[in-house]
Amino acid sequence: MSFLKNLNQESIVLAITIAIFALASLMLPGFFTANNLVAIVRSVSVLGILALGMAMIIIGRGIDLSMVAIMAMSVACYLQMLGSGMGEGTALLLTLAGVIAMGLINGILVAYADVPAIFVTLASSSFVFGFVRSQLITTDAVPVPTAHWVEILGGLRFFSVPVEVFIFAGLAFATFLFLRYSKWGRYVYYAGDNPEAARNSGMPVRPMMVLRYVISALIAFIAGVLTAASLHSINTRIVNSNLLYDIVLITVIGGIGLSGGKGGVRNVLFGAALIGIMLNAMTIIDIPLLYQNLIKAGILLGAIIVDGILNPRDEQTAQQGDI
Amino acid sequence: MAFREKLQAWRYNAIPDHLIGEILTKRWTDNAIPFLALVITVAAFGSAIPGFFKPYSLQESTRQLGEFSLVVTGLTVVMLGGGIDLSVGSIFALATFASVATFFIFEAPVWVCLLAAIATGVACGAINGYLIGFLRLRAFLTTLVTFIIGRALFDILVVQYGAATQMSFASSDLWDFIGDGTLFGFSMPVLTAIVFALITHIALTRSRPGWHVQAVGGSRRSAHNAGIRVRRIVFMTYIFSGFCAGVSGFLMATRLSSAGPGTGNGLEILALTAAVVGGNSLGGGRGSVAKGIMGAVIVLVMTNGLIRLGFGTGTNQMVLGIMLAFAVTIDIRWLKNRHKVLNEIYVAPVYLKMGKAESAEPGSGSAYALNNKLSSARHIGLGELEGPEDVILDRNDNLYCGTRHGEIVRFFAPDYKRSEVFAHVGGFPLGLAFDKDENLISCVGAMGLYKISPDREVTRLSAETRRSLTSIVDDARMRDPNDLDIAPDGKIYFTDSTKRYDAHEWMLDSIENRGTGRLLVYDPKDGSTKTLLDGYRYTNGVCIAHDGQSLYFSESWRSRIHRYWIAGPKAGTVECVIKDMPGYTDNINRASDGTYWMAWLGMRTPSFDLSLRHPDMRKRMTRRLPQDDWLFPNINTGGIVKFDDNGKIIQTMGDLTGQNHPMVTSMREHKGKLFIGGILNNRIGLFDIEGADPTWTGMTSYWGEKA
Repeated sequence: MSFLKNLNQESIVLAITIAIFALASLMLPGFFTANNLVAIVRSVSVLGILALGMAMIIIGRGIDLSMVAIMAMSVACYLQMLGSGMGEGTALLLTLAGVIAMGLINGILVAYADVPAIFVTLASSSFVFGFVRSQLITTDAVPVPTAHWVEILGGLRFFSVPVEVFIFAGLAFATFLFLRYSKWGRYVYYAGDNPEAARNSGMPVRPMMVLRYVISALIAFIAGVLTAASLHSINTRIVNSNLLYDIVLITVIGGIGLSGGKGGVRNVLFGAALIGIMLNAMTIIDIPLLYQNLIKAGILLGAIIVDGILNPRDEQTAQQGDI
Repeated sequence: MAFREKLQAWRYNAIPDHLIGEILTKRWTDNAIPFLALVITVAAFGSAIPGFFKPYSLQESTRQLGEFSLVVTGLTVVMLGGGIDLSVGSIFALATFASVATFFIFEAPVWVCLLAAIATGVACGAINGYLIGFLRLRAFLTTLVTFIIGRALFDILVVQYGAATQMSFASSDLWDFIGDGTLFGFSMPVLTAIVFALITHIALTRSRPGWHVQAVGGSRRSAHNAGIRVRRIVFMTYIFSGFCAGVSGFLMATRLSSAGPGTGNGLEILALTAAVVGGNSLGGGRGSVAKGIMGAVIVLVMTNGLIRLGFGTGTNQMVLGIMLAFAVTIDIRWLKNRHKVLNEIYVAPVYLKMGKAESAEPGSGSAYALNNKLSSARHIGLGELEGPEDVILDRNDNLYCGTRHGEIVRFFAPDYKRSEVFAHVGGFPLGLAFDKDENLISCVGAMGLYKISPDREVTRLSAETRRSLTSIVDDARMRDPNDLDIAPDGKIYFTDSTKRYDAHEWMLDSIENRGTGRLLVYDPKDGSTKTLLDGYRYTNGVCIAHDGQSLYFSESWRSRIHRYWIAGPKAGTVECVIKDMPGYTDNINRASDGTYWMAWLGMRTPSFDLSLRHPDMRKRMTRRLPQDDWLFPNINTGGIVKFDDNGKIIQTMGDLTGQNHPMVTSMREHKGKLFIGGILNNRIGLFDIEGADPTWTGMTSYWGEKA
């Protein structure tokens, strides 16, 4: 029984991941090969990068639903400006300014206007997509100009491993260092666990919250550049896809509690591993994309239910209006 | 100077500022902003789009509106209960598909299609409700996931069976009528939406389950502790939302006779925006069906209008995003600051020039000159009591007083050392009086007029009077019942000090200084309560004159005593007996020598008198200064005054040491002693009156010797 008591979401996910990995290696031809393993890591690196930003926000008791919109639209905007002949520096500066501005707006509305994060970011997601799509770009997909550094980035490989894997690893390590060893990183946990207490003990809870939304917007931009690098164009229809839910899935399934203050980079890596292996296996078995969505959503639902049973909310201590 | 005062008097006394605050306390004012937005949106797009108001155009656009407002009505109920339902879009799509498939593939009758749609909706709603209501999962994330699952299912179904529905030749007149026909000029979706809205509105505002939904949304914990089955109520709200989405999907199916990949796409964010833009509060408790419908019209007119005006892809999302962010921010800010705004606006001081008072300074030689007599008062129950505003003695010399905790405490004669809780009434028992049958009648602050029988049974006599015709806030309820006395015929005359504030906010009433105090009468014969006089500045003590023909009552913030005739030739008229006292008048009681004792709850100060001539200053004060810095009447130092039926002041007593009994709100003479109560005191004072009749008691004075 003590084994069952110590069972938490993280260890369950780890066990399932290992089980699926072992099963797939035995059953599926071509799964346990160096190329396929690299492909698995590569397939989740962009997702994983986005999930790192999302994890930081969720640990600080928030959520950012505008990441995918910012990711796609900022890069589309950047490429459009390049395509219309604008200088490299100006285009990059303008895009970064826009990305930071959206992060600031999200953060300020959440931190200072006390609007729930889900609504702020839902609204800003809709706004970013609508504004860029209707005002700044003319087609759904914007191509990368030939011989541009983004295109070169897409082809870059070290030891025959694509560059985004290294970027994912680097960002994961940096986030780990930040959350574990920096003062502000520890503050994220305190603010997520009990914002009132954190604020009363003198931590700059609100400015930190704004900063986190800016960081997640910047991370979204990096992920967008990597997506454009590997596909040589960015398709803005991705905003209406299930990508956003995949990010939340990876973050939550690894054991980062939605009520904040719990989890870390390790949980993101476990979540990414599980999803990457599953998607790869399902593709090898040749399950259609529509069914893959259904299965993924079903798993996410399972994760939420387990989370709800492991961390039940109490009628007496639950916060009013906490939806 | 004089002109400035006249101007201020006119500005603050003639213009009814206080009505703004009273209107803002009304819940329907929440609807003002969305309604304005609605009018502006419809007017703007109506004038920009040619033919917008033509009957045919309206009929077509309202078909979609009917379906949409159905979904929003369901979402509104969920939000009222403190949840959120993002899955309405996919429930809607699945229900549409269910109807279409039942009709075209199984070629079933139309009512079976309706049933299929409703069953789909209710089943999806039940899943949401079970997860969120019973498993207590987070509503937002859970419905987001069920939304994805529903969407994925729908996509799979459409791919598999979409073609089959297109190939069918099934047709039905009823199906076409629901989809295309009109009844009395209204299309079916509009009629359905109206019927649903009406039923939902009535259920929410006038039925037990509806109230439970509002209670759960308003404060889930309180609802749980009050015994409401919170989880089941939450469960039911999601079922209702699913039901609405199901019916809406059926209507959509009859209108388009097909279900494709675009069905219900983006409906969840549209519906959410509509509900929030209409003014329904996130997190529950505040909202109504009318708000949801207003939001639905605004959002639909705007998005459809943008399409018809030819704006490109993405404009809709941009506008929706801005509207959602704007509405949510305003909602949150308004909810957070509403009480602050109300506090700031509510206090609307008026101008008053108090008459110059005779000096109360010790040794000044005036009739009001305070002495140090009360400093010799002994005390009863020191430290055991909190707030004995009034005291009274029964025929057996036992002493009764009210306390801040809502209790009537009895001290036993002869030494008043022993005490017991005589009765627990609640509220804050203030004025006390015995009737002929030795029932103790009390004015209970914030509650009303109560009777406590000798065997301790508590009965409510009256808590409301007739509402006055010009009132905005219902003034039937008593907010600050203060003191009472009983006439020989058994009628109970009592005061309700203010209509604008609760009892504990008396200082705000003094700062505002608006006359809203009343004199009321309760007739025990028929149980009726009537308002006799209205418009006094804090009516307070009441005392029936020795001859039983008239009564005295005090008007605290004007330092006056009035006499109201209840019998004889002058019955029904009122006259001011004593003006411009140097202290604020409080309870009045009979004295043994045929005169009256009266308490000053505090002394007037020149500074506050001056501030009464500067309503603008008091208004700024309440808005800008913290409460601790406000200027308002002190009630720490008062005194006792004795006057006769001619309004002549006979005696004045005080406690100059400020230590023993400076604070007085009431006093009773009994067998040569004076028992002194004070609303801020922790004791009852006991004072020997020189030369008083040692056998006189209040009970015999009112009701004669015991039969």
